[in-house]
Amino acid sequence: MKRLYEAVIGLEVHLQLETETKAFCGCSTEFGKSPNSHTCPVCLGFPGSLPVLNEKAFLYSIKVALALNCKIQDTIKFDRKNYYYPDLPKNFQISQFDMPLSYDGFVDVISGGREAGKRVHIKRVHLEEDAGKLIHPSCASYSLVDFNRAGMPLLEIVTEPDINSPEEAYNYLTALKSILQYLRVSDCNMEKGSLRCDANISIRKAGEKELGVKVEVKNMNSFRWVREALSFEIGRQTSLAEAGERIIQETRLWDAQKFVTVSMRSKEEAHDYRYFPEPDLVPFIVDKNIIEDIRKALPELPDARADRFVKDYGLSEYDARVLTGQVDLADYFEECARIYANKKTLANWINGDIAAQMNARNVNILSLGIEPKDLAELLKMIDDQSISGKIAKDVLAEMIETKKRAGEIVSSKGLSQISDKGEIEKTVLDVLAKNERSVSDYKGGKKTAITFLVGQVMKQTRGKANPAMVNDMLKKHLGE
Amino acid sequence: MENLYSLTAHELKKKIDSEGLAPSGILDSLIKRIESVDKKIKAFVSLNKGASVLSKERRGKLYGIPVLVKDNICVKGEETTCASRILKGFKPPYDATVIKRLKDEGAVLIGKSNMDEFAFGSSCETSCYGPTRNPWDTDRIPGGSSGGSAAAVASDQTILALGSDTGGSIRQPASLCGVVGLKPTYGRVSRYGLIAFASSLDQIGPITKDVTDTALVMNVIAGYDEMDSTCVDMPVPDYTKSLVKDVKGLRIGVPKEYFIEGIDTEVEAGVRGSIDLLRDLGARIVEITLPHTQYAVSTYYIVAPAEASSNLARFDGVQYGFRAQDAKDLVDMYIKTRSKGFGNEAKRRILLGTYCLCAGYYDAYYLKAQKVRTKIKEDFDKAFKLCDLIATPTTPTPAFRIGEKTLDPLSMYLSDIFTISANLAGLPAISIPCGFSKNSLPIGLHMLAKPFDEETLLRAAYTFEQNTDYHKRKPGL
Repeated sequence: MKRLYEAVIGLEVHLQLETETKAFCGCSTEFGKSPNSHTCPVCLGFPGSLPVLNEKAFLYSIKVALALNCKIQDTIKFDRKNYYYPDLPKNFQISQFDMPLSYDGFVDVISGGREAGKRVHIKRVHLEEDAGKLIHPSCASYSLVDFNRAGMPLLEIVTEPDINSPEEAYNYLTALKSILQYLRVSDCNMEKGSLRCDANISIRKAGEKELGVKVEVKNMNSFRWVREALSFEIGRQTSLAEAGERIIQETRLWDAQKFVTVSMRSKEEAHDYRYFPEPDLVPFIVDKNIIEDIRKALPELPDARADRFVKDYGLSEYDARVLTGQVDLADYFEECARIYANKKTLANWINGDIAAQMNARNVNILSLGIEPKDLAELLKMIDDQSISGKIAKDVLAEMIETKKRAGEIVSSKGLSQISDKGEIEKTVLDVLAKNERSVSDYKGGKKTAITFLVGQVMKQTRGKANPAMVNDMLKKHLGE
Repeated sequence: MENLYSLTAHELKKKIDSEGLAPSGILDSLIKRIESVDKKIKAFVSLNKGASVLSKERRGKLYGIPVLVKDNICVKGEETTCASRILKGFKPPYDATVIKRLKDEGAVLIGKSNMDEFAFGSSCETSCYGPTRNPWDTDRIPGGSSGGSAAAVASDQTILALGSDTGGSIRQPASLCGVVGLKPTYGRVSRYGLIAFASSLDQIGPITKDVTDTALVMNVIAGYDEMDSTCVDMPVPDYTKSLVKDVKGLRIGVPKEYFIEGIDTEVEAGVRGSIDLLRDLGARIVEITLPHTQYAVSTYYIVAPAEASSNLARFDGVQYGFRAQDAKDLVDMYIKTRSKGFGNEAKRRILLGTYCLCAGYYDAYYLKAQKVRTKIKEDFDKAFKLCDLIATPTTPTPAFRIGEKTLDPLSMYLSDIFTISANLAGLPAISIPCGFSKNSLPIGLHMLAKPFDEETLLRAAYTFEQNTDYHKRKPGL
């Protein structure tokens, strides 16, 4: 069926930069400390205090901007965004308005198969300060403010309305996060709030040029919720349009419990932020050499690395993309590859069993605790037939649990593969004797019966028999 | 025996250094003076009777010299209110950079001085503590907003004082009280710890009994501060080296736009006479033009309130200062706190500034004002190709009566007409006593120099002072 309406989506990502100190003062940015312990007169907005730009936050911003293929503004200037809220100590936020530090970039979103090759344009990237956090104690008639987060450097990354589906939005965010992690400028942790995303979405009749009425959706604290919220919004807006009703310009909040968006405020209630240039920070001109130095020092980014993995290691496009999607995983792969020869096997293991273990435990590769040399040891034991592939899976789980090396586990549990001909033959003959029915099935032409017989041998040897040898031996005794 | 309180800092310094005078003696003398005089003047909002030299180990540049600090400059642990109800009880947890420097040099901080609320005013009448009075006529205003500092210096209740100047707030009260007031170049003195009125215009400066003392204070407070991004990293000269009795060859520009209709005839006569004296001492007088002068006041009253509306947004009752107690919810708390906490002039300026920054008005007001500001700056750039200094009256009239202009904000705003341009252009400017009216009210000579050329200002001011004795006259109290 031909789609009548198409969605037009733009995303705004807020990224907390992982600097040691805050954007405009010397306070620590450490997360999870006791409320208001990382504060000073500047980030508390005390009378008479003045901001001083954190050079590192600025350089990180330039790094991100360059990695997103943005242009850098010649003159850097900050503005005040004025609004009242108790988590905003000065009741204005130092931000950038008409001259964001960078603009006009793009991210190529290649992952996601079906929609391969989408280029999402970046409208602007600008630096601002974060606000504090309100705490509402239950049953209290008051609220509390924790200003530890106030003044943290925050990068706002805004796309053009280039995105046309929730899936594309999801893929863009995944690609963006991957790049940001490669740059090592943020932990990109959505649960901690170091990466946040808002969306602007409208619909229009397919083929139309003009944009529809825009709705802003907030409060989506995972990429999955972004996808779900956008799907809901497309449905909601399409039904309204089909019913001939008006879509109003408003801000809506995603309710992850009810799986709906709910109206927060309409355009009429929107703030007038009364932006004006921040007089306490002097505009400055960026040294072109500094920008070029940062550009030269940019790390290899995910797309380039995936291409190299295909070329250098002979991996499939899919494996290369999965491995390079996370910088730590890609680094891990390359460390293992240095000491282990069979790259395809390595990729299969990392994308297979290792990934499964990470998912099951909800940890990343670094906290899984399997050193590259330990994985290499395990894989080498399969290669020299000391253990079977199946046993190896159990050994891996054991390694993660006990922090013991593969060799230790295999020898202490007697898991070494049985490759002794005599021993295997003995078991094979035993199994054939006990399973006359299967033997006759096989001989009668039901060749699949051999699978059952192999299974029985493996069972009797507790999985330790060399499967290839078992197969050969069975066939021999079954008269082939 | 002469009264220690009536001496200057450099005179006291000599006594301390060569006669072994103890700082406590100066303080005792001052406190007695304050106790007998301030009932009439009301220059102090707080008096620190137990003040002492904090850096005991070494003798600093201002060792043992009492300094009175305007109540918008943060002193650690001392109530700092900007003469506003909304900051009642606020004790800053830190020292302003200028305060740190004063303490390091052995100065004694004797208290905080009265001012117009948040420095919004030219008469010291908008203070929540009530008005300060002019020592030369206690029915008259001392000028503002640093009126407390100027009145205290004039009435020998302090040796030195600090003020802040956004549109004339140091120079105008210095002129009306017959003392010396210097507004340094924007960026010469750190603003860290000065509770901001208009960030792009504010500057801290000294108010003193004579020009030598001004140089002494500048030697301590001027200089780069990494805590203030607008503070300029330039070497600080020894300002006492500028105390040279010589103006020969100095080109003094006199802008025709400053001797306007409505200027008090005695003021005009006094200032013109002073310029003649400088000419007689060897300066060359050049007529110059500053064509955009007429737009200065209106430009200022857009830029300054716009910045103020944002700077004062933080006074919301959440973290410090006054909070209205009977609020129903958050917005109600904001409204009640700010309605009760701010005085009328503060509210007027917040409204004005908020309006100018609103979407739809920004281009017509704020942006346009910034463009005019650039024009005003260019006027000065051109003028300083023809002259080294510009001389004008500091104020259009001598001190007016208390209550005379409180109901007419516009006429009040015009009392800064000659001082505002220096702030818009970021220039250094000084006011020195240059005469008295028939009623014995002081008249000030205002001089402006190129950015960071405080030295030429001091040299001309010193030369003038050495050839006159207006600065030696004391009000009869």
